[in-house]
Parts: sequence; structure tokens; C-alpha cells
Amino acid sequence: MVCAADFLSNCDGFPRVKPKRLPAIKPSVKAASGVIGFDAMTGGGVPAGRTTLLVGGPGSGKTIFSLQFLVHGARHCKEPGIFVAFEESPTRIAANLEHFGWNIGTLIPKKLAFMDAQPTSDLLHSGDFDLGGMLAALGAQVEKMGAKRVVFDALDVVLSLLPDAAARRREAYGMQEWVLKHKLTCLITAKAGGDDTTSFGLQPYGFMQFMVDCAVMLNHRVIQGVSQRNLRVQKYRGSSFDENEAPFVIGSRGFDVAVTSQLGKTDHKVSSERVTSGVERLDTMLGGGYYRAASVLITGFPGTAKTTLSGAFAEAACDRGERTMFVSFDSDSSEVVRNLSSVGIRLGRHVESGLLRMISARTIVGSAETLLVRIKALAIAHHARCVVIDPVSTLSKAGNELTAHGVAERLIDWCKSDRITLVCTSLLDDTMNQQSGSTPLQISTLADTWIHLNYLLQSGERNRGISIIKSRGTSHSNQVRELILSNTGITLADTYTAGGDVLMGTLRWEKESALQSADLTATAEAKIKRLRLDAEQSELEAQLKSVQTELAAKHVEKSLLAHNTTNRSGDLKRSHAHMRELRGADVSLGVPRKAKRR
Amino acid sequence: MKTAIFKFRLYAAEDTQNSTLAFTNLLAICKEHLADRYEIEVIDVLRQPKRALADGIRMTPTLVKLSPLPTRTIVGTLNQTHRVMVALGIEAIPA
Repeated sequence: MVCAADFLSNCDGFPRVKPKRLPAIKPSVKAASGVIGFDAMTGGGVPAGRTTLLVGGPGSGKTIFSLQFLVHGARHCKEPGIFVAFEESPTRIAANLEHFGWNIGTLIPKKLAFMDAQPTSDLLHSGDFDLGGMLAALGAQVEKMGAKRVVFDALDVVLSLLPDAAARRREAYGMQEWVLKHKLTCLITAKAGGDDTTSFGLQPYGFMQFMVDCAVMLNHRVIQGVSQRNLRVQKYRGSSFDENEAPFVIGSRGFDVAVTSQLGKTDHKVSSERVTSGVERLDTMLGGGYYRAASVLITGFPGTAKTTLSGAFAEAACDRGERTMFVSFDSDSSEVVRNLSSVGIRLGRHVESGLLRMISARTIVGSAETLLVRIKALAIAHHARCVVIDPVSTLSKAGNELTAHGVAERLIDWCKSDRITLVCTSLLDDTMNQQSGSTPLQISTLADTWIHLNYLLQSGERNRGISIIKSRGTSHSNQVRELILSNTGITLADTYTAGGDVLMGTLRWEKESALQSADLTATAEAKIKRLRLDAEQSELEAQLKSVQTELAAKHVEKSLLAHNTTNRSGDLKRSHAHMRELRGADVSLGVPRKAKRR
Repeated sequence: MKTAIFKFRLYAAEDTQNSTLAFTNLLAICKEHLADRYEIEVIDVLRQPKRALADGIRMTPTLVKLSPLPTRTIVGTLNQTHRVMVALGIEAIPA
């Protein structure tokens, strides 16, 4: 009889084999690309010793990405690299990329080499050819410098010279084999027609996507006049990767791919340390202030003192000696300083001491992503511990609606991971329902503390009200307070609710005075009543005393009476006895009847 | 007078099909139209990769006509005989 386990193991038709220890398989090693966000997306970079395809339209940053990959390898990974240029002359490429500050010149020729492989214009083609010559020459170069990385920039240029599709395939695969044989980490860039890389698969060189171990798409779209760049890892053999499109920016240091924290890395060290909001009563409303590294959102209509409140926070941060950055999208930095000084927030001295960095971001144009990258770079350069962005809703202006939410997310994520306390203001549109209080970026769901400022229009006055809509992890007041700006600073006052209405401004004052006078009257009345009661009491006490005196008199009188009576009866007895003696009567006769009756 | 000697240099990749074809095609043209007025130097880039690197050879086979001037470079199997001859400046001998 066959036991169940044997049966199961044999039912697939394979003989049962004693499990043998498999030879240790090396996990695929990755070569850091030096593009920070990309390495985070792929868990370390491009596959080492394999081929990676980089597809993009004109101006999508293929050459920059690939050269950054080589420079990073040469400078930080001890992996010299060769750049094979099919389309542009190497000197031009090097000159174009010099402004990223990579100092390519210092790496040439030992760590970085360029190989000019442009088909010259006078070159005549007749019949089929192959890339054997190039690979042979490249092999010599690889050997010479011990290269580990190689980039074929615009491989499609040379492939297009081949007479037919079969030849293109043959050369591409031949090249891949050669790369694998030499254990080189290879990056191939290829053009995609137009701005959309999704159709690349249908193009003549689409087969390369299937050939390579990793394929990366670079997109460059213009949405409502704003350029948006996106990077997407299409495939990555033998590795998990972030599959979503990630926006990227070609900044002053090269490629910067924007990615939020990876799974498992999201647990930033949380702090229960509190930092003051700069307004004493707001701190008490929040149960002690904002949390360190929290993101605070202040929403409100124009003129509700959003900037003032964030300015108070900035001042308090500087007073603590923390480096702070104030980004204003609305006004020039000097204007902000001047305007805030009118409400007793003196930022000027902190700007002078260098603690506070004021950034006027009105001049920064570009996508939301660009703004974030610029803000990040500036904050890092300033070593900021507190950042104010006024208003953050600028990020979602025309052309950026789609990406702004992601940018806001990354902004908060970045602040949390860098333990920066972030205060941002957000404008609410008139069209938006004040009660629903949704913000353009949906940042309200991401923010830890949400303070809402609004106007209350009442009996010919506009008064500012402040309320805390949410504050994660802190007990907070549910009351609406009145925000009063004066030249000594911000104060919060209690509001009164009467018949469901919140009273502010003059009404509040009236109510306060009314209450005060009512209080006075009540006090006086109580006093009078007490006096009257006192009088009544003493009256009664006096009465009681006279009655008591009378009572005492009666007692005396009574005892006197009793005394007299006893005396008299004694006298009577004595006189009777005397009388009997006189009469000589018998003593046993006792008291005479008449006397007894008395 | 057709006395000028044609000097060719053919960069080939070992015995790959393309390189062999190019050599065969070149030899056929020379034998037919240049009689004894030609010299062919074959450089195997796989054996002499440094030479290929130095000479800037990227595609194989590559034929370079060194003389008479001007020099010309043709890449490929040289299968379009007429086109190749025009490019190299070889006058056809009427059959």
C-alpha cells in the first residue's frame, strides 16, 4: 500500500528525490545609478552585469541619466565607465553636462572614457554590416581601464542603418551577449517617437524592451503649459520595484526622481516633544503646542491672518534658536517681514542673525515637482528644523492639479523623515464650501494638525475666528476662539454662544459688558439681601432675648410665689400648733382640714 | 592611363558572414576591373582590437580606400557592385 505522502509526491510523475541542498544562488546585485529616487524605486539601482534600456522622447533626459550613472559609478563605486556616443559628439555631451558640477574632466581618461561612434555623414553603406568592430574596439577600451559600466547612447541611430529588422535584432542581441560575457553593467538609451513612450513597443526597436533585464521609460508631457516629467520602471527581472510613474526633475545637480518613502521605511521616529505655535492660548487649545516634526495646516480665506499665525510660529522657532525657513509664494520676503512687524512679530533680527531664511518663491516657476525640489534643496542647505510654506495651495495652480497632491504628500513625507516641523497655509476658494473645508490639495487629510481660520460677518463687522479641526494625538479644544490682532501680537479671546450664534467683536464686547453689569447688579442685590437678612436675624435675636428675659423674670416670680406659699403654710402650721398648744389640744389630730385643702 | 594602384584596407571581424561576403565581393570587383592594380590589407578587429579603437572602426566590415586619393570609407558587405565601384572611382572594363 502506498502511503498518502508518497502518493502525493509521485502524482506529478516525477520520481521522489531526496531533497538536495541547492547551490547558493547569488541574489541579483544592483549597481547604484546615483539618481537617488531611482535607486529607491528599484531597491538599489540597475541590475549589475546586465542590460537596462532607457526609453524616452526628445529632451526627456536619457543622456543625463546615463551619464549620471557613469559618473556615480566612477566616483563612488570604483566602477570605471565608458560612454559610447552614437548621436552626439562626446565633447559636446561633456560640455553640455558640465553645469551639473560633476567635474567630468577630472575623471577622464582613467575612470571615464568617451567613445565616438557617430556614423559620419560621408560614410557609404552597402549591404549588411555588424557591430563587431565596435565591440572589439570597446573590448580593448574596457580592458585598458578595467571598465565595469558602459552606456550606449542612442543605439537606435546605428541600428537604423541596418538593412532589415532581422539584422537589427541580431546586432542588438549580439551586443547584449557581449555585454553579459564581459560582466558589464550596461545602459542602452533609445528614442521613442513623440512624447508618449507607451507606443514604443510597436516601434522598430520595441523588441529591445523584451531583450533587456530592466526597462525604464522617461516621459515628458506638457499639461496646460507646464512641463511634467515622469519616470517609470517598466520591467525589472528578478527584483521588485515601484511600478508607478514617479515625477522627476532635472535640477542643478542632475536627475532627481521624486519618490515617497518605500514600504517598511515609512516609520519615521516619532516624537512627543512639543513646540510652541507662537501663540500662548493656541498652545493651550492644542494641549501644549504642535508636535515636533508634525505637519500643520492652516486654512482660511484671504486675510484671515494665516501668514500672521505662521509668522508667529517662525518667530517662536527662531527664539528657541532653531534654524527656520519661511517660503512665501505671495509676497517678497522683505514685505513679509515688514507686514508681520505690524502685529508685533519681529522677524527682521532673526533674518539678520541668519537663523531665519526668507524665500520669496514668487519667481520660481515650473511644475509643482520643481518647486518641491527647490524648496527641499534650500531647506537642506539651510539645515532648517522648521519650515513654513505660505501658501502651499500655490502648488496646485494651473497645470499642476494632477501632480500637486503627490507633491504635497512627498512634502509632508520628506518633512517627517527629516524631522522638520512644517507649517503650511492653504487658501480656500470662495467657491468651496466653508463647512466642508476641503483644501485644493487634499492635504487636510495628510496634515497632523489642521487649524481653520474664518471670518464671521455679524452686525456690520468681520471678525476672525480660529478653530482646531483636527489635531492628531493631542487633546484639543473644540471651541471657536476669536483671533485678535494688535500691535503687540496675536491674542485669542473666548467667544460667546448665544442662541446658536457665536458672538465676536463688538457683540462679544457687549455681551461681556452686559454680563459684567449683570454681575454687578447681582452682587449688589445679594449684598442688600444679606443685610436685610442680618437685620431680620438680629431683630429676631433681640425678640428672643426679651422673651428669654421675660421668661427668667417669670421663673423668678414663680419661685418667689412658691417660696411665699411654703412660708405661709409653715406659718399656718406653726400658728395652728401654737393655737392647739394654747387650746391644749391633742397633737395627733394633725393638720386642720381647712389648711390641708389649701 | 589606368596605372594607379588601388590600395584597400578591409576591417573585418574574423570569419563572420558579413566580413567574408565583403572580402569576396571586393575581390571579385578587383579581379574583374583592376586586374593586378590592387592591394588588399585585411585587419581582423577581433585579433587587433586596439587597432580598431585607434582607427575609429565601429562597424564591420569597413572598407577604406587609401589610394588613390581621396580616401573613401564604405561599410557593409559591398553587395551593390555598381554603387561600390562608383564610390571607389573604379571604371568598369567593358566585358
